[in-house]
Amino acid sequence: MPLIEKRIQNPVQIERALTRISHEILERNGGGDNVVLVGMHSRGVPLAQRISTAIERFEGIKVPVGKLDIGMYRDDISEKGSPLMKPTDIPSDINGKTVVIIDDVLYTGRSIRAAMDAISDFGRPSQMQLGVLVDRGHRELPIRADYVGKNVPTAKDEDVQVRLMEIDGADEIVITTNNNDMGDKT
Amino acid sequence: MLKSILIKSGRIIDPASDRDEVADLLIVDGKISEIGQINSKDQNVEVYDAKGFVVTPGFIDIHCHLREPGEEYKETIATGTKSAAAGGFTTVCAMPNTNPPMDTKSVVDFVKNKALTEGVIRVLPIGCVTKNSHGKELSEMSELADAGVIGFSDDGKPVSDANLMRQALTYSAGLGLPIINHCEVPELADGASMNEGWIATRLGLKGMPNSAEEVMAARDISLSELTGGKVHLAHISTAGTLDMVREAKRRGINVTCEVTPHHLTLTDEAVLSIGDESTSFDPLTPNAYDTTAKVNPPLRNISDMSIMANGINDNTIDFIATDHAPHSSVDKICTFQEAAFGISVLETALGSVLSLYHNKKVELGTLIKKLTSDPASFLGSNLGTLKIGRTADVTVFDLDETWRVNSSLFFSKGKNTPLDGTSLTGRVKATFYGGEYVYRND
Amino acid sequence: MTLETASQQSFGQKHVLDLDSFTSQDITHVLDNTLAMEQVLEREIRKVPALRGKTVVTLFYESSTRTRVSFEQAAKILSADVINVSSSGSSTKKGESLYNTALTIQAMQADIIVIRHPHSGAPHFLARQLRSKVINAGDGTHAHPTQSLLDLYTIRKNIGTIEGKKIVIIGDIMYSRVARSNLWGLTKMGARVVLCGPQTLIPNDFLNGHRTEEGHPFAAVEIQTDLDTALKDADVIMALRLQLERQKAGHLPSLREYSQTYGLNARRLAIAKDGALVMHPGPMNEGVEIETDIAHGAQSVIEEQVKSGVAVRMSLLYSMAAGQNLEI
Repeated sequence: MPLIEKRIQNPVQIERALTRISHEILERNGGGDNVVLVGMHSRGVPLAQRISTAIERFEGIKVPVGKLDIGMYRDDISEKGSPLMKPTDIPSDINGKTVVIIDDVLYTGRSIRAAMDAISDFGRPSQMQLGVLVDRGHRELPIRADYVGKNVPTAKDEDVQVRLMEIDGADEIVITTNNNDMGDKT
Repeated sequence: MLKSILIKSGRIIDPASDRDEVADLLIVDGKISEIGQINSKDQNVEVYDAKGFVVTPGFIDIHCHLREPGEEYKETIATGTKSAAAGGFTTVCAMPNTNPPMDTKSVVDFVKNKALTEGVIRVLPIGCVTKNSHGKELSEMSELADAGVIGFSDDGKPVSDANLMRQALTYSAGLGLPIINHCEVPELADGASMNEGWIATRLGLKGMPNSAEEVMAARDISLSELTGGKVHLAHISTAGTLDMVREAKRRGINVTCEVTPHHLTLTDEAVLSIGDESTSFDPLTPNAYDTTAKVNPPLRNISDMSIMANGINDNTIDFIATDHAPHSSVDKICTFQEAAFGISVLETALGSVLSLYHNKKVELGTLIKKLTSDPASFLGSNLGTLKIGRTADVTVFDLDETWRVNSSLFFSKGKNTPLDGTSLTGRVKATFYGGEYVYRND
Repeated sequence: MTLETASQQSFGQKHVLDLDSFTSQDITHVLDNTLAMEQVLEREIRKVPALRGKTVVTLFYESSTRTRVSFEQAAKILSADVINVSSSGSSTKKGESLYNTALTIQAMQADIIVIRHPHSGAPHFLARQLRSKVINAGDGTHAHPTQSLLDLYTIRKNIGTIEGKKIVIIGDIMYSRVARSNLWGLTKMGARVVLCGPQTLIPNDFLNGHRTEEGHPFAAVEIQTDLDTALKDADVIMALRLQLERQKAGHLPSLREYSQTYGLNARRLAIAKDGALVMHPGPMNEGVEIETDIAHGAQSVIEEQVKSGVAVRMSLLYSMAAGQNLEI
């Protein structure tokens, strides 16, 4: 089935969005002293690292970055097959800290729900916040992002893909659509 | 007066009279009356159209288990003989491992009477070699012989004590009857549930080596030579046993043997389950450990199995016997180790055996001989032939009909067959016992 | 679902009856996820909701506290409900058949049944009769796949890879379900396997050229009756438990002679590669198949084997519960 792919952000735009999110995190939390970033596997991890690097550039402080695999917290494991889990690594004591969960795309909210449960098992943060590069709508749970790179209204049959240098070899955001109408009819 | 029956246009094969021709066969008063081109307009003659079918003497099974008295939940004389009739058999010899066992005249009489009142074909009892088949003291063989047993056997168990076997052979020689022995050295077979070999190793099941059978077969042949007694080796399964019997016969020793349809056609791979067509490297499926393939002696490997056809062809093997061993589902729906030994064979015997003909391993006439006149000779009886004037035990079968085995439709209470769901070529169409229909499948 | 997660669905087993049905990818998948499970075990809150709402029944017809507790703990950490049925605590002693017991357990809506049974093939019987998924926790002298997985995990963790390594399995090959499962697991992962023991404890079909028999699955496995020769260049040495019954059954003249011929001691260990791993599936007869100082020595990973049991079983339970084709 032919896929139609539309690029909606280029590397420069992604960099700008991350810079803005970094500033917003500092602004909202009165600096970065009490902040821990937790990136969700897979693409949330490099995004969290980039934000941490940006904050270090502006403020000269190192915000710790954790990695989180939510495989064991999903509510749909019977439907999705057995995923290969990546290491979860929450670097420091998160009790009383502000944990900012970072992910690439916010969609139904179910992954974020799982991430909040997972983080709760590591300690009791004073606050959890959420930062995403793309919010594409269609929420199924009462969850919203505190920091959003770009709001992208989408249809359900579309897919938003964030590609990052660290994983995919290039920075870009694309919308893909299964083209059923214009496809080869044979 | 019985109705006369005219079996029209069948291919009549009667090994005892060297007959293999398309002809008509007339049964009058329960006897074979005439063979040839017969046209009868007589109202009193029922015509059975056997065009395209094979017409043979009724089959004779020297070895089956009817389970009555004592284990009627597995089989009765009524169901067992119906099953036999459906398999084309008109005479079966019942093994004595019933409960109580056939070690006294009264039990033998019970079986004979049941057979007359409830059975549909001829049942010839076999008596125990030892009291209770315990292998300690000889049974009252002389009285059993008077009661009409055709031989003695502790089948299911061997006569393990060599001296007792010697005495049994000597004693029975005086009665003119054979000792039918289940050859298995208990120490070599202890705890085993299938053939020894890589399949048993893979399944983690204790295997029975060929030696368990061969060591005792060698003993029995030697004891027969010593005593002059007639020894019959039941259900032989290994190439080694076959060689020993061939050599013993060459030397004139009074030994005979039989083979079952399953040892002629199946290997120990059946334990992996026949339906799966597993090969060695394929993973075991949940269907492995197929308890319906658990039988004693066990299904052997391919080389032992293939060599059995040679034994048929060179007459080392005297006849084919079923070792029909019906069991109820509780005996088989369990782990392999717990499961009972035995296969329900009567209704699949012909189809199994004919695969040797279809695969060009054995001539059709030879196979029929091994089911009819050869077992009749073993019994010393005039059954097993279509000669004029003889009892009209006649089997009609379609040599080429392919059918799917569905054990739930068996007449036998024993649904335990590894062939369930597989296809066989060759099917019984009608069985006549003493000139009357006892089975018909139109 | 992104393409990446699709490609990660590499566990394709409904039941775990033995490792013969596992591909090397299946094995690798379980071992990889075991790492993540070990992380869970190191946390303060040792519980994740992965198997919430699932019921795991352990059905043990042989007492094995270690294996049963290991499964129970694994299932509970994953939030499954666990019901333990043992032969002493149920009607199994009253002669109830395995079939009827199994039906009762199915009526409890068990998602996964973990069975240990003295008869080979009992797990296959359950898998055939029931809708539940079945894990073999040791059946007769047939298989013990989860023990093999934790052995594989322990080897990989300590020497990085299994492929190309020389693994020597010593002792009661004939009756060892651990050895049988390891034969599949190790050969699938590309190891070079040498079986070593007295000929009376090696199946006849491995001896006397019988492996030329058509279809023998382990034609490539080496057999060696001299332990010193077998140990040369060994990367891993697995000693098997020697049951006292073997002497009574006539397989051995005496335990003393076995120990002298096949016992693992310091002199013999020195023949193997430097730092070769010493393993044992337990429980050990120290002084018979293995000297005490070797069993607890620097090269021994025997305690580690036990420890990784929970994480390996968590990984396996998770993979089985998560598999797509596994709806019951």
